[in-house]
Amino acid sequence: MTLPPDQTPRPRLWPDLKGSLGQSEEGARSALIAAASTLILIALVLWWVLTSEAWPAVQKQFFNPEHFRAAWPEVVRGFWLNVRMFLVAEVLILGFALLLAMIRSLRGPAFLPLRALVVVFIDLIRGLPIILLILLLGFGIPALQLPGVPNSPLFWGVAALVISYSAYTAEVYRAGIESVHESQRMSGRSLGLTQVQSLRYVLVPQAIRNVVPALLNGFVSLQKDVALVFILGIREAVRAAQIYNARTFNYTGYVVAAVLFLLVSVPVARFTDWYTERDRRRKQAMGSG
Amino acid sequence: MTTKVEARNVVKAFDDKVVLKDVDLRVDQHEVVCLIGSSGSGKSTLLKCINLLVPIDDGEIVLDGQLITDPSVNPNEVRQKMGIVFQAFNLFPHMTVQKNIMLSPLRVHGMGKAEASDQAHELLDRFGLLDKVDEYPDRLSGGQQQRVAIVRALATQPELMLFDEVTSALDPELVAEVLGVIRDLKSTGMTMIVATHEMGFARDVADQVCFLDDGVFLEKGPPGEIFSNPKEARTRQFLQRIVDSGRL
Repeated sequence: MTLPPDQTPRPRLWPDLKGSLGQSEEGARSALIAAASTLILIALVLWWVLTSEAWPAVQKQFFNPEHFRAAWPEVVRGFWLNVRMFLVAEVLILGFALLLAMIRSLRGPAFLPLRALVVVFIDLIRGLPIILLILLLGFGIPALQLPGVPNSPLFWGVAALVISYSAYTAEVYRAGIESVHESQRMSGRSLGLTQVQSLRYVLVPQAIRNVVPALLNGFVSLQKDVALVFILGIREAVRAAQIYNARTFNYTGYVVAAVLFLLVSVPVARFTDWYTERDRRRKQAMGSG
Repeated sequence: MTTKVEARNVVKAFDDKVVLKDVDLRVDQHEVVCLIGSSGSGKSTLLKCINLLVPIDDGEIVLDGQLITDPSVNPNEVRQKMGIVFQAFNLFPHMTVQKNIMLSPLRVHGMGKAEASDQAHELLDRFGLLDKVDEYPDRLSGGQQQRVAIVRALATQPELMLFDEVTSALDPELVAEVLGVIRDLKSTGMTMIVATHEMGFARDVADQVCFLDDGVFLEKGPPGEIFSNPKEARTRQFLQRIVDSGRL
């Protein structure tokens, strides 16, 4: 059974806590039960944790309010760098990966060398641990001291992230391009568009629409992985927390960093779910209409 | 009369399945040629070969005296002289009707935006689609989509139109409006090759009817001859099946 579009339940930002019983008294009652059982569970867990013998030590080391306040400014300052690295890297990744995917989608013998180059690049990069790439570029290239080449570890750390993520994201785009029906490509070509024009105007816009959820997943992943450049000594959130820990022997700084990361990634993850669900329903509505 | 397009000894195989065995076809300027034959006889493939969407294995195709199957010919330039309309419409779902129509004039033919827009409006008006100019394709009926697809091809100002079973995917009550557009084009003198299962339409509109059977043209001639007095047994069989199914 499919509902008419106006009656289709709206996707929620949060999972449906009420279960499938949506309306009326029954709905209200099941919501009450769900809320009560959730509260009881939380209370039990809290009671169990807070009354355990180890809790005072755990609290002192990880959830110490004084240390939380003390570590906050420097970890936040570091996190601001994470946010900026993430934004710059993401924009570059979205562009560079699309370029790679488009080259890989070109047809005909003339483009074989270009296609082969992209395939080799993607295979190599996907085969390397990202941390290795960060070390290789972030320490390696500045050590060469080449004239005219930036020698900041920050630059090369972000470059390593961009290169690595572009290889994965290019494959996401490519799957999207291939999911557009062949007749669309043919239709574009029959109107006299070149290969590149049919990719740009016909295939890629439809492909991107198909892969938005996968791209959003990549956002969440990258948002955390930018922290990996801490290994180059860059003072982002994790590094700042590490420094705080080294100075005070207290781990609350790490918890501050964790809270900051969660504040960003949980909403993005929720948004991704919501968007994917909305997209699925819309496609269903179109299919049945 | 001048020859618009000519296919000589065209052979096309997909893997080891030979679809076109040895095909000759000559279409004169302003002529309407209907290709008939059962599904899988090679009608679509021939049209796609003429449009260079499918490369041929042997033979040659000549358009306006130019050998277009020569490897040195730029297929994009050849395609600018002809329009093709497919069975499944193939409109671009992410663009409005107007954008669908304007894409090729803007990007391929270098037309200005105002001019391309005027042309789109004019063509839509001519085929009674002006109120759909800002709609997306999924809001249109099959017949409307197919008429928009024809307008989109016409907007490239082709000298030759290829129609690949353009009514086969339509509900029966929508077939007439699409065939009406093709009749209208005939009256303007457009050269057309029409692959179709609509025999009544072929009899009405065609100057020449070609019966394609198993990758070869078994019989060609004026519609009166082919439909009333077919020479080949296979043609008679094919037409009998069409009559039996109530489509002639």
